[in-house]
Amino acid sequence: MGLPLVESALQWNSGILNANRDPKNDDVEFQITRLYSRFHSLDKGENGALSREDFQRIPELAINPLGDRIINAFFPEGEDQVNFRGFMRTLAHFRPVEDNEKSKGHDASEPLNSRNNKLLFAFRLYDLDRDDKISRDELLQVLRMMVGVNISDEQLGSIADRTIQEADTNGDMSISFSEFIKVLEKVDVEQKMSIRFLH
Amino acid sequence: ANCLARYWPCYVMLTGCSVTPLLVFIIVPAILGVSFGIRRIYMKTLLKIFEWATLRMERGAKERNQQLYKPCSNGIIAKEPVSLEQEIQEPRGGGGEFDMSDILYFCRRGVESIVDDEVTKRFTAEELESWNLLTRSNYNLHHISARLTVLWGLGVLIRYGFLLPLRVTLAVTGVGLLVVLTSIVGWLPNSRMKKYLSEKVNLMCYRICVRALTAIITYHDSDNKPKNGGICVANHTSPIDVLILASDGCYSMVGQAHGGLMGFIQKTLVKACPHIWFERSEVKDRHLVAKRLSDHVADKTKLPILIFPEGTCINNTSVMMFKKGSFEIDCTIYPVAIKYDPRFGNAFWNSSKFRMVTYLLHMMSSWAVVCSVWYLPPMKREEGEDAVQFANRVKSAIARKGGLVDLLWDGGLKRSKVKEVFKEEQQKLYSKVLVSRQEDPEHS
Repeated sequence: MGLPLVESALQWNSGILNANRDPKNDDVEFQITRLYSRFHSLDKGENGALSREDFQRIPELAINPLGDRIINAFFPEGEDQVNFRGFMRTLAHFRPVEDNEKSKGHDASEPLNSRNNKLLFAFRLYDLDRDDKISRDELLQVLRMMVGVNISDEQLGSIADRTIQEADTNGDMSISFSEFIKVLEKVDVEQKMSIRFLH
Repeated sequence: ANCLARYWPCYVMLTGCSVTPLLVFIIVPAILGVSFGIRRIYMKTLLKIFEWATLRMERGAKERNQQLYKPCSNGIIAKEPVSLEQEIQEPRGGGGEFDMSDILYFCRRGVESIVDDEVTKRFTAEELESWNLLTRSNYNLHHISARLTVLWGLGVLIRYGFLLPLRVTLAVTGVGLLVVLTSIVGWLPNSRMKKYLSEKVNLMCYRICVRALTAIITYHDSDNKPKNGGICVANHTSPIDVLILASDGCYSMVGQAHGGLMGFIQKTLVKACPHIWFERSEVKDRHLVAKRLSDHVADKTKLPILIFPEGTCINNTSVMMFKKGSFEIDCTIYPVAIKYDPRFGNAFWNSSKFRMVTYLLHMMSSWAVVCSVWYLPPMKREEGEDAVQFANRVKSAIARKGGLVDLLWDGGLKRSKVKEVFKEEQQKLYSKVLVSRQEDPEHS
């Protein structure tokens, strides 16, 4: 299975996950080993990278209304394959925030699982064309994905209008990232966007 | 060559001396249906060796300040059983139906399923906690010490040099005898004697085949064994399931008619015993299938039918959706749960990875196949229960008895995509939440 590869992934990822090589971070090593095993089992073509089809083979993801948007988040602009590094990088957004306490990072850069970065991940689910703005059209498309055929166009349109009206503070009829942060300021994003490993 | 010419009587005697006790200890008990208990002693010895091997690996890893890769059977992440409605209908600040934070629920669920989902892991072999000296089931190969390597090497010699040839001989004997004897019995006119002989012949040959795999089977609750006029349903892990059940009772098998060697065996078997083989074209016609099965169970002189309603092999950690076809027929269902002990070898047939022949070779070069069979009390469809509900009830009973996870997912997802209708259900659920918020903004 190539577990030595995990060792190198660990070395590389120490920077991203702010993990120090001390015994307390056996947890991190454990998690990365699990995730590598998972990556390998999803990689049916055994070419060291996942394609969109590999993700769509997961039934629970295929029936998720936003499944395609989530899959898209793993693939950088214009690319069709994601390697283990990219896979880990995207998943790192979902580490619980308290894990950062265990590993005192001395990097100046913000960890991927900060509240801000979690919100950015969610923002990008709405922002279909990656132009850092959520337009009315984009909001409508995402809403349509979530409700299917069960709500009429007019009703959906009015929902979108109302949402933009409440969020938009600078009057450009679209939602920027800072406006998005303001809308969600009371939401416990850290808890809703965290995945905990069992031991 | 000169050696061979001079000493051939010695070689013949040696072979004879070594083969005869094997025959006496294996084939005769199979014929008579008794057991010396050798296999159980073998099993206990093996377990002790495996535990020792795992301990040594752990010790070796600790010395090097590393961790062993330990598989997790219960999933690797904490998934809270919170439904869509519960999570999204928390009290929120603003009014209105839609909240931009609704997306977070779907987002997290989606990523959770990417890290660990309930379905895809059922189609690959289960990971083991202790090492059973087979390279194919070890993820900690870099932790093996010199002593363990020697042990492993010894294991390879024993398995491939002694066990495998012995088992292949037995298997060939078993199948050969089956074909020959059932043909002979098939010539007899239909009578009670023919039935009796056919049963004895089948049992004997399947028992030889069971020994060809060194299968150590424990049968529980044998008074619930399936009777004539019923259908026996069991969870499916491998083609060996048939062998395991058929060596303890007589069944009519159902399946597709193959060509070649398999087809020849099928045709021979059906002479002595009324099995149900369908042509490929007939398999699609559900009414035809149902009719033939119903006719069979209506005839109380015919043996119980053996069916695997999952329709495909699953890795024995869970039971997946039962196809409703066999539950629509009006008769008694005899559920059977089969659980393999994964410590001795992986019995699951991953048909996308290995062909049948490769799989059988793996089985015959493993240490043993250890499993438990539970015969559950018979069940009948109740008033007001439709076939799907009945199928789910039987499935739950089997899962509970065998200690397996009860899943609603279709085993067919091994090869095909999930149906769109399930996504539509999710969308409908969310729409309901939106509408209910609109109608009752204070309460949501």
